[in-house]
Amino acid sequence: MSIRVGDAAEAPPFQKAVLTLLGDTQLRQNVRHATDVITQKRAQVVAEQTDWQELRSAASAIKTHVLQYLDQYLSQFEAACTAAGGHVYWATDADEANRIIVDLVQQHGSREVIKVKTMTSDEIGLNRALEDSGIHPHETDLADMIIQLGNDKPSHIVVPALHKNRQQVREIFMQKMGLRELGDNPEDLTAAARQYLREKFLNVKAGISGANFLIAETGGVCVVESEGNGRMCVTLPDTLIVLAGIEKVIPSFRDLEVFLQLLPRSATGERMNPYNTIWTGTQSSEGPQQLHVVLLDNGRTRVLADREGRQTLHCIRCGACLNTCPVYRQTGGHAYGSIYAGPIGAILTPQLFEMKHAQSLPYASSLCGACYEVCPVKINIPEVLIHLRGRVVREQRASASLEGIAMKVMSRIFSSRRRFEAAQRLGKLAQWPFVSNGWITSLPGELGNWTTARDLRPMPKQSFRDWWREREKGKQS
Amino acid sequence: MTEIHSAARAAIFSRIREANSTINAAMRTAGYQNIQREYQQSASMSRETIVRTFAERLHEYDANVYESTPTAVSSIIAQLLAAYGQRSAIVAKDVPREWLPKDLNWKKEAEASIGDFDKAEDAIIVCETAIAHTGTIVLRDSRRLSLLPDRLLCVVRERQIVETVPEAIKRLQPFAADALTFISGPSATADIEMTRIRGVHGPRILDIIIVRD
Repeated sequence: MSIRVGDAAEAPPFQKAVLTLLGDTQLRQNVRHATDVITQKRAQVVAEQTDWQELRSAASAIKTHVLQYLDQYLSQFEAACTAAGGHVYWATDADEANRIIVDLVQQHGSREVIKVKTMTSDEIGLNRALEDSGIHPHETDLADMIIQLGNDKPSHIVVPALHKNRQQVREIFMQKMGLRELGDNPEDLTAAARQYLREKFLNVKAGISGANFLIAETGGVCVVESEGNGRMCVTLPDTLIVLAGIEKVIPSFRDLEVFLQLLPRSATGERMNPYNTIWTGTQSSEGPQQLHVVLLDNGRTRVLADREGRQTLHCIRCGACLNTCPVYRQTGGHAYGSIYAGPIGAILTPQLFEMKHAQSLPYASSLCGACYEVCPVKINIPEVLIHLRGRVVREQRASASLEGIAMKVMSRIFSSRRRFEAAQRLGKLAQWPFVSNGWITSLPGELGNWTTARDLRPMPKQSFRDWWREREKGKQS
Repeated sequence: MTEIHSAARAAIFSRIREANSTINAAMRTAGYQNIQREYQQSASMSRETIVRTFAERLHEYDANVYESTPTAVSSIIAQLLAAYGQRSAIVAKDVPREWLPKDLNWKKEAEASIGDFDKAEDAIIVCETAIAHTGTIVLRDSRRLSLLPDRLLCVVRERQIVETVPEAIKRLQPFAADALTFISGPSATADIEMTRIRGVHGPRILDIIIVRD
């Protein structure tokens, strides 16, 4: 088994990565602007939807139900999709999924593929696997194109290039598209992308897409997008490969009435995004003659096994929790070291890894709860964060870390009055070199982890216990 | 590949069952039926308000909206095409002949090649249903015709317009396994500095003619 979430296994801890990023004022300005715009638009269209809370409750109930009967719904989807002319494949991890997809493209004989934005393909590192086999993937979503041409990494689930401004995009396009002139209006840049990709859409014979929803009842796939690149990729090629996590299945066509109201409002602040495509197998007179659906586990069944953590699999990847998060709004997405950034990334990434990597992420939060409030499928992210912090601590305690030893010593001290009072006397003596102007601003060694972010008041000359003892004495006399 | 593939399937299914070992597998249907759906599922506005809301929402997302009587459709189409300097279009199969201007040089969708779709400036289509609440038209078929030309003109009959998304999904249920396309405004992006731009890869212009019954 090799669970992979992009390059997150090699990423530095959040608290370290953040130090450089916080110094990048351009990046912070870009992120702040983008998240401000989306949160405002979202607030408006959510406010006008009078049954918003009822929709959230229904979505949460549907997702809870699907996860309980996931095996049944997946086999129902498999049977219906196969009956409609599709082929279904199963991959336990990233490597298996990559191998299946590379084989399918090679069997088809194509040297290039057109791709619709799919976070799942970034999760398994599909582009690298394709390139290693001599297949060129063309990202067709405007933001993904900016990332691919700029050799960059996505920093947001929905708008992956929000950390780049127009001048930066212009430079990337001019260089990589070989243009001598190009304006820096978003209109000019978008027109350049349209021209660059039209020929690919018409000529490349293999396409790769993700899926927003897999419909168990019909075997259908639903892809939600804005630009039309998604429709190009799922309509025009002969062969289409759909990569989707196993949690993407929903029971019935009818359930779309819930999710298609929640997702666009949460993701981009639109009442409905410009395009949704729903298609089933290869029965349509238009569309690919070959349809392959690759269903990916890559750690999801382990998340499912954790009773508190499994609600993470409700996620429909709208990105609302990123936009509203006071931590994400300061740092941007790259600090999280994972293609899944922000609050949802902070709970999803470490869980997919079975807490072996990305252990710093559950701490990348102030636990303010804004993410839970905006989540359209009611994932209680703060609750899961605390649960995961507990898992991190339990694992560290088992491995006899310095912190673990310190906590054991503390528990001995706190469990006896004599030891506690002795420690207080010792503390009062030991603290004096660190006190200046009535504050402790820097402590040595491991204790410094506390004072990097907070100042402390020194211990008072007289403890409460001493004061109480004196008071009682005074009464008696 | 087949062997690895079925081993992977078996492994995933056994892990799911283990994770759900306390769930009674026979309770699925009852569990699904018990899901509380307290959101709005039927219309709450008058027909007139529904049509007006549909037009407003389309307008807000940069579509152009025209109202017509059944007999005036062809002259509105003629005016629109004239304004674009066009006398030709590709036409979807369910568009009634009497809606097409007499002097229009038109091609049937079924006879058009991918090159024709790409070169065409104008497409004329109809929809299966339309949603007032979100300013959406839903198409069966015409996947390429509604995507490749630069301008898309859709004629919507008043009775096709519903107020809410759940009502539309109910109407679409018989066609759930067909290819369905939901269109809400022209193709758009906000990927660069969150500035909304019309017309990325799909049509730049969306014209909607509402035919009053």
